[in-house]
Amino acid sequence: MKSPFIAVSKSEFILYLREPSAFFFTLIFPLLMMLLFASMWGNDPFPDEEFGYVDFSVPAFMGLVMVTSFIMSFTTSMAAYREKGILKRFRAAPVAPFSILAGHLSAIFAVTVAGVILLLLAGILFYDLKFWGNIFEFIFVFLLSSAGVAAMGFIPASLAPTARSGTVIANILYFPMIFLSGAALPWFMLPDFLKDISLIFPLTHAIKLMQEVWLGGPFLDYPVHIAVLLGYILAGLFVSAKFFRWE
Amino acid sequence: MDDNVVTVQNLVKHYKDVKAVDGISFSVKRGEIFGIVGPNGAGKTTTIDCIAAMHRAYSGSIDVLGLDPVSDSIALKRRIGLQQQESEIPDRLRLREAMELFSSFYEKALDWKMLLEQLNLWEKKDSFFSGLSGGQKKRLFVAMALIGDPEIVFLDEFTSGLDPQARISIWKLVRNLRDQGRTVVLSTHYMDEAEKLCDRVAIIDNGKLAALDSPSDLISAHGGYTRVYFNVGEGFNGESLSLLEGVESVINDDDTCALEVSVRSVIVEIVKKLDAMGQGLDSFRIEAPTLEDVFLNITGREVRD
Ligand SMILES: Nc1ncnc2c1ncn2[C@@H]1O[C@H](COP(=O)(O)OP(=O)(O)OP(=O)(O)O)[C@@H](O)[C@H]1O
Ligand SMILES: [Mg+2]
Repeated sequence: MKSPFIAVSKSEFILYLREPSAFFFTLIFPLLMMLLFASMWGNDPFPDEEFGYVDFSVPAFMGLVMVTSFIMSFTTSMAAYREKGILKRFRAAPVAPFSILAGHLSAIFAVTVAGVILLLLAGILFYDLKFWGNIFEFIFVFLLSSAGVAAMGFIPASLAPTARSGTVIANILYFPMIFLSGAALPWFMLPDFLKDISLIFPLTHAIKLMQEVWLGGPFLDYPVHIAVLLGYILAGLFVSAKFFRWE
Repeated sequence: MDDNVVTVQNLVKHYKDVKAVDGISFSVKRGEIFGIVGPNGAGKTTTIDCIAAMHRAYSGSIDVLGLDPVSDSIALKRRIGLQQQESEIPDRLRLREAMELFSSFYEKALDWKMLLEQLNLWEKKDSFFSGLSGGQKKRLFVAMALIGDPEIVFLDEFTSGLDPQARISIWKLVRNLRDQGRTVVLSTHYMDEAEKLCDRVAIIDNGKLAALDSPSDLISAHGGYTRVYFNVGEGFNGESLSLLEGVESVINDDDTCALEVSVRSVIVEIVKKLDAMGQGLDSFRIEAPTLEDVFLNITGREVRD
């Protein structure tokens, strides 16, 4: 017996490659956004700082890739699977819902990593992107952030009954998140009340944590971000374990 | 320990305000082909899905291979296969990819290449699921039901939408499954199919079990009389036929005469009499009752909603 988890991730990955629009929104759209803003603001160091706009915002665009994959793609495709009866076919097989969700998610994670690598390459090639942190800490923080954002996606992905409702929920989460959490626009430009609101999103914490560690901060200095992300992970796992709907 | 692989006792299943199954009890013996028939909405799919561990909430008790479909659902699904009346896989998955994916869920999966061959889908192995015709999809789901080398195979409307060749080849496959020692539980709307294929047939109506027996016993108990038909010329009078012992009714239309007979041997007498009356026998036809008659007698002739 091969692992169901690996088999599901493999076939989901293949399916992803056959889906041009998901491909565009995860791999190309964040890259274009970054290049657009970078062309306006360049990467010269900010006054009194060592880092410039691109150094500072690459981790934020990584967050944009994450939210596009884990909220948009994941939720809409799970909801469509549920509505079409594809999950019902899986249910007839001896496989736990967790293997399906996790397999699906890991395929999407692979695409996320590809999107992030594109951002890094573009930053290095065109804007002399620099990194001040500890690489292992950053990888850890990146994984934690992915898990935190994905866990938020777990909830609608486990519950949304139809493709339409999945898309609506995904949009309701996606657009406020990308504008308020610093993914598309720098967070410090927001008015205070929006900053406060943005703290409910896992993505805000993910992006701040990644930015701080990228610029050299030790990750243990940010327990609040870590705690919020862990909280989302627990909540997502709980909801999907308890309330996952096959049809 | 008896030889029942499925025992259902007083199964009741509601969907919100609909009572889909209303107190059904029966058991399925190891190695038999067990058919479930009934009008649309009778509760066939619901019953099969409860047994095949697709529902978590129902009342009554179900035992399948000594396992409980709710608490041992995964262990049970390892030992059975289910072809659902309606199901889907992702459109852009190729058949071979789908078969490999579903093989990975079982410890001892059968060779999927052989299964695709058996169901005449080998040429389609590189097609996308969306590129299959309705009948091909149906056959794919039958193949998927067999992938885990199941002890019990559930086939819910396994031949609807199939052409005659495909139906016949699937009947052969079902008999092979039984000859390999597997148990087959199937539902169908084709009474000829149930009659030919099944060792026993359950008739379900309005969520209740209306009858359960072998096709031949069902027919002798509920099939009604054998019928004899022949064309007649103008002025024919069938009165004298009704006097024969064993003729139960004579209906004399414009140009046909239909008799119901309760004793087969009386047919010889009828033929003799007709011959004596100078009636040609070209149109003479005997119709024994079939499972279809049983079905209509038990479930009535109105169309269900
Ligand atoms: N998911 C559902 N939600 C609500 N009602 C349902 C659901 N599935 C079935 N029903 C209802 O339960 C009853 C039994 O349905 P079921 O599918 O078991 O019938 P069936 O005998 O398989 O019919 P068919 O021959 O049309 O396949 C029907 O009245 C149907 O409308
Ligand atoms: Mg049905």
